[in-house]
Amino acid sequence: MSVLVLLEPDDELSLQAVTLARSLGGEVHGFSVAALAAPVDVLHVAAIDGSYAPVAWAAAVVQLVEELSPAAVVAPGSDRGNEVLAHAAARLDLPMAANVTELRGDQVTRQRWGGSLLEAARIHSDLKLVSAAPFAFEACVDSTQARVETFVPALTGADTAVRVVETVSTSTGGISLADAKVVVSGGRGVGSSEGFAILEELAALLGGAVGCSRVVTSAGWRPHTDQVGQTGTKVSPDLYIACGISGATQHIAGCKGAKKLLAINNDPESTIFTHADYAVIGNLHEIVPAISAELRKVRGS
Amino acid sequence: MVLTDDAQAIQTRHLGFTISPHEECGVEEAVRIVEAQGGEVVVLALGPAEAEEQLRECMALGADRAIHLLSDEEWDAQATAGAIVETIEGEEPFDLIVFGNESADTGNYQVGIRVAYALGLPVVTGLKGLTVAGGRARCEQEVAAGRDVYDVALPAVVTVKEGLNLPRYPSVPAKLRANRKPVDAKPVEPSAARLQKIRLVVPEGQGKQAEVLGHGPDAAAAIVEVMQKLGVL
Repeated sequence: MSVLVLLEPDDELSLQAVTLARSLGGEVHGFSVAALAAPVDVLHVAAIDGSYAPVAWAAAVVQLVEELSPAAVVAPGSDRGNEVLAHAAARLDLPMAANVTELRGDQVTRQRWGGSLLEAARIHSDLKLVSAAPFAFEACVDSTQARVETFVPALTGADTAVRVVETVSTSTGGISLADAKVVVSGGRGVGSSEGFAILEELAALLGGAVGCSRVVTSAGWRPHTDQVGQTGTKVSPDLYIACGISGATQHIAGCKGAKKLLAINNDPESTIFTHADYAVIGNLHEIVPAISAELRKVRGS
Repeated sequence: MVLTDDAQAIQTRHLGFTISPHEECGVEEAVRIVEAQGGEVVVLALGPAEAEEQLRECMALGADRAIHLLSDEEWDAQATAGAIVETIEGEEPFDLIVFGNESADTGNYQVGIRVAYALGLPVVTGLKGLTVAGGRARCEQEVAAGRDVYDVALPAVVTVKEGLNLPRYPSVPAKLRANRKPVDAKPVEPSAARLQKIRLVVPEGQGKQAEVLGHGPDAAAAIVEVMQKLGVL
């Protein structure tokens, strides 16, 4: 038996998908639209000209499925991974399980509520179409040298009708929330737009980025691009510092990829502490500047 | 989260309901387009009788009428898409069909795409920007490097994300008007689920024991020590 896994270049989530694919046993075939280094047995590179076209990618995946008859197709749990897999599922008229944490035979465990809840389900289909829940698997790092096979998928005009025609850069030159190693995030407890100045200062000292909870964007204190959560950005820093954030499940869904969570809150009963590795109880308006001062002191000496 | 005794659902006795953020932005966007260009906004929900409250909220935001597919059952993504397609095919053709990118609860990431596929329409997902003009939709999707732009002919399907706009707070007169707008409710039955829920499970690791580093600003030294240990300095 074999498993087909969808791959994108320089993509951590793709390597996590390989780990899920490897857990199923059998030969692991990769699919990509560009040559890339990946720990799979055979890499099938689809020669598709031009920019990203979701339907064309899915059409190529479906052609590979018909050729290889794999037991499963595993996509990374990224927007693009889920999108291509959903197009393939629609084309094949088969069920698809998104954000899977385990697959055994026809039994699947998948995330609901952004990962706050799991669902045990049965897939009624021989071919299992699943995406790997982000950060539910370690990235596969084995050094298998893939045999590369290039193929030219048969595409119609309709397959390439929807495609990226332009990419607009919105980078402000700073460290992006999604890539930051440290995120200093504020919630209702910060109190105002101006209140974020002390979080900005700490983030700058740590070379990190500032995030916030949904309450903050709804109040207009920060732009939505700063929002961490189920419907905002999902972050995976080494350290997430939650300042004055209560810890609603929708927020936790966005920061559970963090290696460590430090919570600062004046309410010792706050839900955020049940998700934290480190807790500091007290007024964030005093504590955050004290951390910045301590950092300067340590670095100055 | 607390589950019902049979582990089939979340215990909602003490919870309130609301429109999901993605969908709320979708309704707001549709209303803005119709306010500027004319037309009609129809909202559709598949769910229990209680979901009428959310349909009324959508109409308070400015939608003109609602279709309520009534069901207490659990629907998988394929069955959901099938019911939506059937309903849309029974209406005058829409120029734009808007979905949330993924539902807050089941998070299947596929219903909008399946509907588009069945209707033979183009679909762009995860929009954070949308401009409709001259029978075309310019769609902006957030990606790591910035925004990918798509340009598609209408009719089309789009799935949107929170951040596309900042939805309005409905006025009291708008809420009163919403109570008089029509809701076309009809009972529906799901086809057999092909992704069949067996039970829900609360994941382990909820209820971590945090290490208390201290109280107040005096904790700063301990915090910086932890940062050194984690190698983030």
